[in-house]
Amino acid sequence: MASGTATVDLGFGPSARTFAALARAGFRRYSTYRQAAFAAAFTNTTFGFLRCYVLLAVTGGGVAAGYDRAMMTSFVWLGQGMLGVVGLWGWTDLADRIRTGDVLADLLRPVAPVTNYLATDLGRAGFAMLARFVLPTVVGAVAFGLYAPRHLYTYPLFALSLLLAVVTCFACRYLINSAAYWLLDLRGVNILWILGSGLCCGLYFPLTFLPDWAFATIWLATPCPALFQAPLDVAVERGNPLLWIGGQLAWTAIMLLLAHVVQRRAERKLVIQGG
Amino acid sequence: MSVYLRLAAAQVRAHAQYRASFVIDLISNAVVTMLDVFSVLILFRVTRALGGFGVRDVLVMTALSATAFPLADLLVGEIEKLRGYVRTGLLDTVLVRPLSALFQLLAIDFSIRRVTRVVQGTIFIVIALTLADVHWTPARVVLAVVAPITGGLFFCSLFIAGASVAFWWIDSGEIANSLTYGGRDFTMYPVTVYAEWFRRLFAYGIGFAFVAYYPALALLGRPDPLGAPAWLGWASPLVAPIAMTLAGLAWRTGIRHYRSSGS
Repeated sequence: MASGTATVDLGFGPSARTFAALARAGFRRYSTYRQAAFAAAFTNTTFGFLRCYVLLAVTGGGVAAGYDRAMMTSFVWLGQGMLGVVGLWGWTDLADRIRTGDVLADLLRPVAPVTNYLATDLGRAGFAMLARFVLPTVVGAVAFGLYAPRHLYTYPLFALSLLLAVVTCFACRYLINSAAYWLLDLRGVNILWILGSGLCCGLYFPLTFLPDWAFATIWLATPCPALFQAPLDVAVERGNPLLWIGGQLAWTAIMLLLAHVVQRRAERKLVIQGG
Repeated sequence: MSVYLRLAAAQVRAHAQYRASFVIDLISNAVVTMLDVFSVLILFRVTRALGGFGVRDVLVMTALSATAFPLADLLVGEIEKLRGYVRTGLLDTVLVRPLSALFQLLAIDFSIRRVTRVVQGTIFIVIALTLADVHWTPARVVLAVVAPITGGLFFCSLFIAGASVAFWWIDSGEIANSLTYGGRDFTMYPVTVYAEWFRRLFAYGIGFAFVAYYPALALLGRPDPLGAPAWLGWASPLVAPIAMTLAGLAWRTGIRHYRSSGS
C-alpha cells in the first residue's frame, strides 16, 4: 500500500458461496433481536409523525422545494423506514473489537475483513427490511397516504438505489470504525458523524430546502446524499433517477475503495490491545 | 454531593485520556445546538410561517427547548445505559454500595462535554428574546430564567421514567427515545403544526406544550391560537414537579421489581 496502488481483493475466495453464507449468518444474528427491532421501528414511527407534521406545515397546500404533499409524506415515512435498513447510526462492532483486541480474529480469517463485514451487514439490512422498514411505511401510508409512483420502473430502481445506499453507508461506517485503530475511543468521531450525516443526508429536511449551490456541494463533496436523499428522490420521482443512481454508484466505489485502503494501512500499524 | 462530584470528576479525567477523541467531542457538542437553529432557519427559507408563527416567535420556542433538553441530558442523560446494567446484572454492584442507586448511575458516566450545550442554549435564548422584541416586565424576566430550568427538570423526569421501562422490558431498546429525543423535536416547534390527536397526546397528555410553547407565548405576550387562557404560560413551570413525582414513583417501583441477571 505504501506505493499507493490500491489492489482491491474482494476475497470471494472459491466462490460467492462464502459471501452468501456470511450474509445469511448476519440475517440470523440480527433476527434474534426481534423485540429491540420492534422497539426501534416504533421509535422511527413516532419520529415519522413528528417530522411529517412539521414538514407538511412547511409545504402547506402547495409545493415546497420540489415536493408536494404526497411526495413529502413519502419522503418522511420511507425515510423513517430506511433509517434502520441503511443503518446510519449505532454500528460500533468493529470499533469495539479493535478496542478489545478481538479484531485479531478477523484478520486471521481467509476472507478480507471489509468483505466479511459487508456480507454480514447485507444480512442485517435484509432483516431490517422486514423488521424496520414495513412498520413506518404502513403507518405512513394509512395515516397520511404515500406518493404513488407514475412509472413501474421506479420500484426496481428504488430497490437498486436502496441497496447502493446500504453498501455506501456500510463503507462509511467501516471507515469511521477504523478510526479506532488510531484513536481507540470513538465517542467524538461518532458524534461528529451523527450530526454531520443527519444534516447532509437529508434526514432533518430534504436537501432541496438548501440553496442550489449548497445542494450540489453536499452531493459532490460528501457521500451523505447517496445514503438517504438519493433513494428517496428515486422513490418520489423527483429529478432524473439515473442521475441519482449514477452518483450513488460513484460514491459506492469511492467509499469501498477507501475502506480497503484504510484497512491495509491499519493492518500495518496495528497494535493488538488487551491480553 | 461531594461523592457525586468526585465520581463525575473521575469520569472527566477518564475521557480526557483519549485526547484526540475528547477534543473532537467538545467541538461536536459546540455545534449541535447551532444545527437545531440552522434546521429551523432552513425551514423558514421555504415557508414564511410555521403553524401560524413567524421565524422570531418559533426561535424563542426552539431556544427554550434547546436549553431545557441539554440540561436534562447533562444531569441524567446517562440513565439511558440502565438497560445494559439490568441486562448484564451490573446493577448489582451499584445496589450493594451505600449510596442511592440513581445517584451512582448518573455519576458513572458523567460527561463534561455536555455543559457546552447548555451554555450555548442559554446564549441562544438571550439572542432569540432580543430578536423577538419582548416587552420586558419583572415577571417575564423571572419566567425567562425559570422556564428553561423547569423544562430541563421535566425532561429529566422523562429520561428517568423512560429508563425505568428497562426494569420490566430489557429489550425495550430505543423506545424511551420516542419520549426524550422525540420530546425535544416536538417542543422545538409550535404545537399548532401537529394534528389534533397527536397534539392532545404529546402536548397535553405528556405535557410537552408546557416546556417551550406556553412559556414562549407568555414571554411574547401572544394569545394562544388554540384558545388556552393566558395564565397557562405562567403556570407551565408547575408541570415539572408533577412530572418529577411521577418519574420518582416509576423508578422506585422499577428498582423494587429488579431481579438480577442470574449469571
